[in-house]
Amino acid sequence: MMKSKADEEDYWNSSKFKAFTFDDEDDEFSRLKESKQAVNSIRRLVEEDDDEDDVEKVSWSGEPVGSKTSLFKTNPDDLSVRLYAPELRKPKSEYKDYVSDWSPEETIQRMQQGKAFSLEKFRSLQDKLLLLDFAVSAHDGNVITAVLIYLKRTLGKEVLFRELESRQTALRHLIQYLTETRDQRLLLELLRSLCRTGPCTTGREHLSITDENKRRDFLKSCLSLPFSPEDSAHVQDHFTLLERQIIIEATDRQAERGGKVEIFQKFPRRASILNMPLVTTLYYCCFYHYTEPEGTYSSSLNIRQTFKISEKQYFVTALAARAKLKAWSDVDALFTSRNWLGFTRKKSPLSFQRVVDILQKNSAPTQVLQDYVALVDDAELRISLAQKHKCHDIVINTYRDLKDRQLLLGYRGKVERGSAEERKIDELLNNPRRRWK
Amino acid sequence: MAHSARRDSPELPDFSLLKRLARDQLVYLLEQLPGKKDLFIEADLMSPLDRIANVSTLKEHEVDKLYKVEYKPITSTSDQLCFLIRPRIKTVKWICDVANADKATGKFRRYKIIFTPQKFYACEAVLEEQGIFGDVTTDEWAFYLLPLDDDIISLELPEFFRDNFLAGDQRWVRTAGSALHLLHSLYGPFSKVYGIGRCSKMAYESWREQVAEGEQRTRQAEIGRVFLIDRDVDFVTPLCSQVVYEGLVDDIFRIKCGCVEFGPDVTSDKSVKVMLNSQDKVFNEIRNEHFSNVFGFLSQKARNLQTAYDKRRGMDIKQMKTFVSEELKGLKQEHRLLSLHIGASESIMKKKTKQDFQELLKTEHSLLEGFEIRECISFIEEHINRQVSMIQSLRLLCLLSITENGKFYGVDHLLTFANLRHLGLLVEQQPGETLTVMESKVGKLVNDKTAGKLTDAFSSLARKSNFRALSRRLNLVPKSGEEYDLRVPRDMAYIFSGAYVPLSCKLIEQVLERDGWTGLEEVTKLLNGNEFAVTGSNGADSKAKNDAQRIILVMFLGGCTFSEISALRFLGREKGYKFIVVATAITNSSRLLESLLDNHV
Repeated sequence: MMKSKADEEDYWNSSKFKAFTFDDEDDEFSRLKESKQAVNSIRRLVEEDDDEDDVEKVSWSGEPVGSKTSLFKTNPDDLSVRLYAPELRKPKSEYKDYVSDWSPEETIQRMQQGKAFSLEKFRSLQDKLLLLDFAVSAHDGNVITAVLIYLKRTLGKEVLFRELESRQTALRHLIQYLTETRDQRLLLELLRSLCRTGPCTTGREHLSITDENKRRDFLKSCLSLPFSPEDSAHVQDHFTLLERQIIIEATDRQAERGGKVEIFQKFPRRASILNMPLVTTLYYCCFYHYTEPEGTYSSSLNIRQTFKISEKQYFVTALAARAKLKAWSDVDALFTSRNWLGFTRKKSPLSFQRVVDILQKNSAPTQVLQDYVALVDDAELRISLAQKHKCHDIVINTYRDLKDRQLLLGYRGKVERGSAEERKIDELLNNPRRRWK
Repeated sequence: MAHSARRDSPELPDFSLLKRLARDQLVYLLEQLPGKKDLFIEADLMSPLDRIANVSTLKEHEVDKLYKVEYKPITSTSDQLCFLIRPRIKTVKWICDVANADKATGKFRRYKIIFTPQKFYACEAVLEEQGIFGDVTTDEWAFYLLPLDDDIISLELPEFFRDNFLAGDQRWVRTAGSALHLLHSLYGPFSKVYGIGRCSKMAYESWREQVAEGEQRTRQAEIGRVFLIDRDVDFVTPLCSQVVYEGLVDDIFRIKCGCVEFGPDVTSDKSVKVMLNSQDKVFNEIRNEHFSNVFGFLSQKARNLQTAYDKRRGMDIKQMKTFVSEELKGLKQEHRLLSLHIGASESIMKKKTKQDFQELLKTEHSLLEGFEIRECISFIEEHINRQVSMIQSLRLLCLLSITENGKFYGVDHLLTFANLRHLGLLVEQQPGETLTVMESKVGKLVNDKTAGKLTDAFSSLARKSNFRALSRRLNLVPKSGEEYDLRVPRDMAYIFSGAYVPLSCKLIEQVLERDGWTGLEEVTKLLNGNEFAVTGSNGADSKAKNDAQRIILVMFLGGCTFSEISALRFLGREKGYKFIVVATAITNSSRLLESLLDNHV
C-alpha cells in the first residue's frame, strides 16, 4: 500500500519508516543496494522498496532528490534518468534501448505500483491495445483510465471508438471519464457511434443547460438520436413538455405582472413552471387554469390528454389542487358520475379513506370531510375516521345502523354538552320504537 | 440484553492504531510544507479528519486558517496553500483555476495537494492539461480506514457504490485491496479468505498482488478470517426500512461518520451533536434492539436512575461526599444520555406514525414474503400518485422488482410502471412545501435517466435476482403466523421484526459454518457465482491461534447498513465469534437510491 514515487520530494522514503514500522527493509537487500549506490555514486536512492526483478534491471529512476520531474514521464529521453541510473550490466550507449524495454505488462505493473513509467513508446495500435487489455485485466480503474487518456490523445476517435466496442470495461471507464471531465462533445460522439453499430444501452447524456430555449433546441436535436423506442418517447415527451411550459410561462408571467387576473393576485406563483416535472405542471394547471376549455395549451385536461396521464394520477392531482383553493364544488364535481339512468353517484378511483386524508391535509372543513367519510365502505374504518375528524353525525348514524345502544351511549359522553349531536343521540335513545341489539 | 450469549468471545483487536498511523502520516505531510499555510479541506473529508486530528494538532503544524473546498475563488492571503482532497477531477480543476488566477494576477504562492487515500492519474492529467503540473506538489495520505467504533471501520467512500456498480469504473478496486492489505499487515496474517461478488474477487486479487509486492512478516495473527461481499449480492436488505434502534436513528436522523445531530424536536432545546458508539453506555445497550423494546428498556433505566439518585436521602455528610465525588458525575452523564435517547425515540415515534409506517412495513413484509402482491402494487401506486416521497416510492418499486423478478413484474416494470400510467418518479418534497415540489420522470430527463440508472444498476442482479428461490433455499423468510418474540430473538430475522433474515448475513453465517461454499452451489448459482474461499499459507498452524479464528473481518464493498451490523453482532454472540465490519461506507435505503439519482451532478 505504500508506494514510492520517483518524482516526489523524498517524503515516501522516510515517512514509510516513521509511520509504518512493519514495512522494514530486508537487510541483505539493502546491502545490495548500498553497494550499487556506491558504485554509481548516487547521492541517494529514491526508490528503496523495489522488488528483486526491478533491481536486476534498472528500477530506481534516480533523479536528483527533490527534482520536480513529471510522474507522467512523457519523455523517454529523460536526461536525468540516463545520468543517474545507468544499468549495471550494459554500457551507457545501450541504455536508451533498455528503458523502453518494459513490456506493456511490466508497464502496467509499474503504473499500479506508482513507479515511473512512460507510455510514449507504445506507438503501434497493437501495443496500445495490449496496454489497455493488460490494464483491464489488472482490475485497476486508475490505470485503465490513465491508459485511456493516452489512447484518446494518440488515436483517432474512429479507431478508439471502434476498438472500445469490444472492450466493455474500458468503454465504461471512458464514458465515466468523459462525464467527469464534462467533455460533452466527445461523449455525445462516442454514444452516437455506439448506437449506430450496436444497441444503445449505456447511459444518456444530460446537459445542464440553464437557458430554457437552448435547452429546448438541444432536446430537439436529441430527438433524432437513435434511442430505443421507449426512450425516444420519453425524450419526445420531455421536449413537448418543455415547449409547453415555455408558452405557459410567458403568458402567465405577463398576466401576473398585469395584475388583472385575480387568481395570480390571490395566490402569487411561488416559482416559474419552467423545467418542472410533469406532475407539477399538471398541478399548476389544475390550480391556475382549471376552468379553461380543453383546446388551450394550459388547460389541465389538455395536459392530461397530451401526456396520457392515468385517471388516478389526474384525479389525485386535481383533488389536491382544487382542495388547496377550497373550491369544494370542483372537488365535488370530480366524484360525480351519472349512470345511464341519469342518477348521480359519487365514484372515486381512489379509496375514500385516502380522499379524506388528502382533503384533511388541505384543511377541508368538517362539513366537507363528512361527505366523504360517509362514503367509506368499511363500517369500522368509517367510524374511526369519523371520530378522528369529529364527524359526529356519521358516528351516530353508523351506531344507529348497527343497532348498538351501548356504543351510542358511550359516544354521548364525547360530544359537547347541549349540542345538536347530543340531542340527536338522546332522541335515538329515547325513541321507544327503536330496536337495539 | 437478555441474549444467551456465549461468554468466551475473543477480544477485539485495538483499531486505534489505525488512527494513530493516519495522524502521524498527516503530520508528516504537513511538515513537508514548512511554514505557515492555509489548509483547504474537501467538505466530505471534514468529519473523517476530525476523528483523526483536531484543529490544535493542525495548528501545531503551522496550519493557519482552515477552509472548506467550495469551488469558489478563494480569499486566503497566505502564500502557501495546502489542499486536502479526494482524488476527484472537479476538485483538481478548481485548484487549477485558483493557481491560474494567481498566475494571471502575478501572485506567487506555493501549492500542495494531498490526495487521500490515493491519487489518480486522471487527476494528474488535469494538472498537466491546465498547465499547473510542476507548480503544484502532490502527495498521498494513505488514510484508508477510519475506525468508527470498536467493531466498525469505514473507508468513508460513499461514491464507491456508484462508481463501481453503476458506472463500472474500477478505480476503487485497488483502494479496497490496499485497505485490506493494511489490515493484513497490522492484524494478520489472515488464514482464510472467503468472498462473493465480482468486485470482491478483484479486490482480493489486488490485495494478493500487494502482498506479493511487499514482504511477508510473521507475527501473531489477531484477525483470522475474512469475508468479502459485494453490495450487489444483496440489494434487498439495504432497501428495507430499518427497525433496529441504530438503523432507525440512521434512517431518520442520518448518522454521519459515527455522529448524529439531534434537532430541537429531540432535545427540546438547541441542536446537539452526539457521538454514537460503544462509549455511550445507554446507546450501547439499545443500539441492537428492535425498536419495540427500546421504550421499555429506557423507562426501566430511568427508574434505576431515580433509585440511584434517591440514595442521597438519609446520607450523612461523609457518605454524601463520597456520593458526590464518586457517583454523581456518572449519574449525571447517564441522565443526559438517557434523556437524549428518550427524546430521539419519541421523535422517531412521531415521525413514523405520521407516515403510515405500519402500512409501509406491512407492504415490505408482503413483498419479502411474495404475498398479496396486488395489494402491494396498489399501495405503491397510490404512494406515487400522492407524491409522498420519491425515495420511498423508488425504494418500494425496487423492492418489488427485485423480490418479484422472474415472475410478472420485472425491473423493467419500473419503467413500464411509470411509463404506462405516467405516474413518474418523484422527488422528495421540500420541507414546508406540500405538493408543489415534485418531479416526474417525464418531467425531467434527469429523472428519466434516474429510471435508466436504476434499471442499469439493478438489472444485472434482478434479471438473475431469483430472490424468491434464494429465500426458499436459505430460509430467509420465516413462516408467517408464527409468533416471534422480539425481546428474545431466536435468529437474525429479529432485525426486521422477525420477517426476514438479511441475505448478506445469512450467507456469511452459512459459509463460516461450512468453512467454504460447499453445499451452497445452488445458492451461488442464483447469485451469479464469483464466490471464492482461499486458505492462506499459514492456514495450517491456525489451530494454535484459536482466538484469532473467531475474529472475523467482514468487508462490504459498496456499503453496509447498521441493521446488518446488528445482525452480525447477534450472530457473533450466538456462535462465539467477534465480527469486525469494514465498509466502504455506511449506507441505508435513502443513501443507496440517492447515489443513483442524477441531479447531484
